[in-house]
Parts: sequence; structure tokens; C-alpha cells
Amino acid sequence: MTSIISVAGLGKTYDSGFTALRDVNLDIKRGEIFALLGPNGAGKTTLISIICGISRQTEGRVTADGFDIVNDYRAARSKIGLVPQELSTDAFESVWATVTFSRGLFGKAPNPEYIEKLLRQLSLWDKKDAQMRELSGGMKRRVMIAKALSHEPEILFLDEPTAGVDVELRRDMWEMMRELREQGVTIILTTHYIEEAEEMADRIGVIRKGQILLVEEKQALMDKLGSKQLTVHLQQTLEAIPSELSEFDLHLEQDGSYLSFSYDSRQDGDSVARLLRKLSELGLEIRDLNSSESSLEEIFVSLVHEEN
Amino acid sequence: MNFYAIRAIYKFEMARTFRTLMQSIASPVLSTSLYFIVFGTAIGSRMGEIDGVSYGAFIIPGLVMLSLLSESISNASFGIFFPKFSGTIYEVLSAPVSPLEIVIGYVGAAATKSVMLGLLILVTARIFVDYTIVHPFWMLGFLLLTAITFSLFGFIIGVWADDFQKLQVIPLMVITPLTFLGGAFYSISMLPEPWQSLTLFNPVVYLINGFRWAFYGIADVNVGVSLGMTLLFLVICLGIISWIFKTGYRIRS
Repeated sequence: MTSIISVAGLGKTYDSGFTALRDVNLDIKRGEIFALLGPNGAGKTTLISIICGISRQTEGRVTADGFDIVNDYRAARSKIGLVPQELSTDAFESVWATVTFSRGLFGKAPNPEYIEKLLRQLSLWDKKDAQMRELSGGMKRRVMIAKALSHEPEILFLDEPTAGVDVELRRDMWEMMRELREQGVTIILTTHYIEEAEEMADRIGVIRKGQILLVEEKQALMDKLGSKQLTVHLQQTLEAIPSELSEFDLHLEQDGSYLSFSYDSRQDGDSVARLLRKLSELGLEIRDLNSSESSLEEIFVSLVHEEN
Repeated sequence: MNFYAIRAIYKFEMARTFRTLMQSIASPVLSTSLYFIVFGTAIGSRMGEIDGVSYGAFIIPGLVMLSLLSESISNASFGIFFPKFSGTIYEVLSAPVSPLEIVIGYVGAAATKSVMLGLLILVTARIFVDYTIVHPFWMLGFLLLTAITFSLFGFIIGVWADDFQKLQVIPLMVITPLTFLGGAFYSISMLPEPWQSLTLFNPVVYLINGFRWAFYGIADVNVGVSLGMTLLFLVICLGIISWIFKTGYRIRS
């Protein structure tokens, strides 16, 4: 797959001196759902704001569908739809008027049939004449999505789409994202819900303190979920790991009486048995055993808190 | 040119005008009527003619200008300030629109509203006093030019203001005094020196003067100078706006 968004060496320092992004490099593939994970204040919204034209970068370059977002901003922006985190709406506008406004703003000829289809798809049709202020939070968010899709974009940014949204609506949103992807729309969503990334994403990027820490296929990350850890508490303490055990991925912990062993339960199914056999051959007696597996959440948390 | 975008912004702003019809149209008409009753009919009947024009008729161009200036500024400033305040500006910033298109949309709508209002005031004035318009073409020209210029100025204020107080301070503290002192209710030749010379530093003098000339063919200062000063202010406003978009000042962080 070719990349539809390409971010190269992107940096953002605000006038206040705060650096929100540093040397961000990222490629979004055409047609994928990409989840950008990161704690609050990591730079997710800043990154999206720059790509969508709301903020300016201090350095680096971004292209959307091959068009530079600064020099070719018209072509670039017309490809992109954005659903921001905040529910900013014009309280007195009707649903129909505000969605129609968005389409015009993005330079598309009026197309009432398309707007109708969109509103029906998002279960907003019976609210088309309602003023925005009359709508519930969930409906407002759906209107924001309708606005973002009103000009038939190829790329859709969803900034924290399910923050403060109830479980049912979250399921609906996920369903809608899948449908959009079927239609060929590339979706970039930011979230700090791991569950959402696990559920939706093809690839996951983790951002912290304005830097991309990793970008991986979700499946590859999930494979790390297969990695398990066995902690062996020994009767005696060891100075070093005996050379006979070198074939295993072992670490000595605490006072030397704990051996921690990382393994992949699916790849080498008998490694635990082999290790335990080796230990007993070496005359090392076992006091206790504990096994655990790392979740995506743990991977994420450890990445995000590294160096902190 | 993204004409659909210009139309979208323009329609959006005009819809806002018609939604708040009472506030947008009725209240300036009412307050202008009050001016006519007080200054035109009550006080005016005791005043002599100025340059052969009755006092009631003399103040009409000034009153129209007074409303035109304050309405242009408040319409245009609110039009851009409110999306900034409510956060809906994100959509305009992320849309494939150029600064020029944004300005045409917002300022065009604000100026349209002001011109409509100015004409409405002229119609209202007719109820109170008889007046003639010697140069109707120039009258419309000055009306349009002033509406556009001060809507541009209002746009600048709307971008600059980061709270409601700042939004009000320039129209209230600067424009209203300048208009009152700019010869809306008197001919500047009635002023003693040094006030007469000092008044020439008030840009509003030129606006009112040119406008009044279009009505009655009388002027305190040369009409060419009036037109030049108005155009100069227009160019200054355009310059500031292009600087705003170039630097992203208070719009694009």
C-alpha cells in the first residue's frame, strides 16, 4: 500500500517556547485505520492540527495524497475531514444548515441527496431541522462527523472520537469507522483508550512528549501480548546466571534469588518445562513460581513512562 | 477561487443577521429615529440653516455614518470573534479557503448588512425630514466604501479581541467619540480654532464630509481629500489583515 499522508521531520514549538512536537516522522497508508496512542499532552492534537491546517509547523513537511499541506493547501485540505475533540458547534444553526455549510466551505457543489444519505447513515435525518443546541452530546458528535464527511474526504481524522461517549454509541462509532474504511476512507484516530486501538486499528503509533516512540502493525504488537514472563523464586541466591542456562532469556532480579524468564508461549511451547528441568539438574531448588503476560496496556505504559 | 466557500460563509453570516433581526435591524433604526426626534425635530426647529440646508436634513448623513460605522465594526468583529470564542473556527482554518476568501465572506456579509441598514435609516429619516440627494451615485459609493472599510476594521478588531470587553472597547471608546466629534451634528466650520484644525486629524470627519457632499453638494473639506482618506484607511486595513494571515496572529497558532 502507498502512503496517503507523509510526515517528515515535523517539529512544533509554540511562541511560549513549549515544544509540542519534535522530529515526527510518520507515514499513513492508504485505506488503513491508524490509531495514535498517547497520554494527555503528548502532542496528538497538535500533530492533527498541523496536518489539517489549524496550526503551523515550525519545521518539517507534511503531504496529504501527495500535496504539500502548506504550498498546496487547497488540494491537501480538500482531501481531509476532521472531527475535533471539542464539540464546537453553532448553537443556533440547524443540523441541515451546518452540514451544508461545511460542504460549501470545502469547495464542493451543493448535493442535497448526498447530505441526506449522510444524515440517514448517522441516524440524524429526523433531527435535520433541529438546532444544534437542542441535541444531546452524542448527537452533536455525530453531527461533527457528518460535517467532516460532508465534502466526501479521502482521509478522516477523528480526535478522541469516543471520549465521554457511552458504550452503545462507542460501538456505533466503531461500526461506522469500519463502514467508512470499506468505502476506502483512510482513518486516523487518536485515543488514550487502548481497547479502542485494539478493536479498531490496523496499525498503532505511540506518541509521548511530542515524539513518536513506535509505529507497528497492531498484529505485531498483539504478538507481544503472546510474550509471557515466568518468575522463579529460588531457595538460594545466585551471583550470576549459570552458563548452563545461557540458552534461555533470563534475568537475575532483586537479591539474586529471583530469576525472570521471558518467553513466547506460542512459539516455544516446551521452554518452561526445559528450564525447570535444567534448574533441577543444576540442583537449584524452587521456592515459588509466578507467570504473567504483558498486555498492550503494559507495553504502552512502560513505553510512555520510560525515562520518567 | 473557492466560490462555494465564500457563498457558504456569506450565507451563514446573513442567516445570523436574519435570525437576530430585532437586534440587527430594528434597534439601530429605533435609536436613529430617536436622534431625529431629539436633534432633528425638537432641537433642530430652533437652529438656523447650515449652508442653506435645514438642520434636520443636515444631520442625516452624519447619523447614517454613525450607524454605519458602529454597525460595520460590530457585525464584522462579532462575525469572526464568535467562531474563535466558540471554537468553530477550526472548520474555516482546516478548509481549503484562502485568507482573501475568508475576508470576502465575513466582511462582505457585514458590509451588506450595514448598507441595508444605512438605506433603511435613510428611509426612516424621510418620515421626519425632507431631504435631497444631489449625487445619488456618489452617495451609494461612499456608503459602500465606508461599509467595506469599517467592516474590514471590525474584522481586525474581532481577530485581535480575546474577550468580550475588548470587542466593545474600540467601538465604544474610539469610534463613537470620533463620530460625535467628526461633524455628525455640526459643520466643522462652526468650531473655533484650534478645534477646527485639530478636527482634521479625525478620520471620521472625511467620511461624514464626503457623504454629506453627496447629499447636498456642500463640504467642509475637499471631496477628493475625503475619498482619498477613506481609501487610505481601506488600504491600511487590508494591509493589517494580510499581515494577520501571514503571521497567523491570534487565528492560527
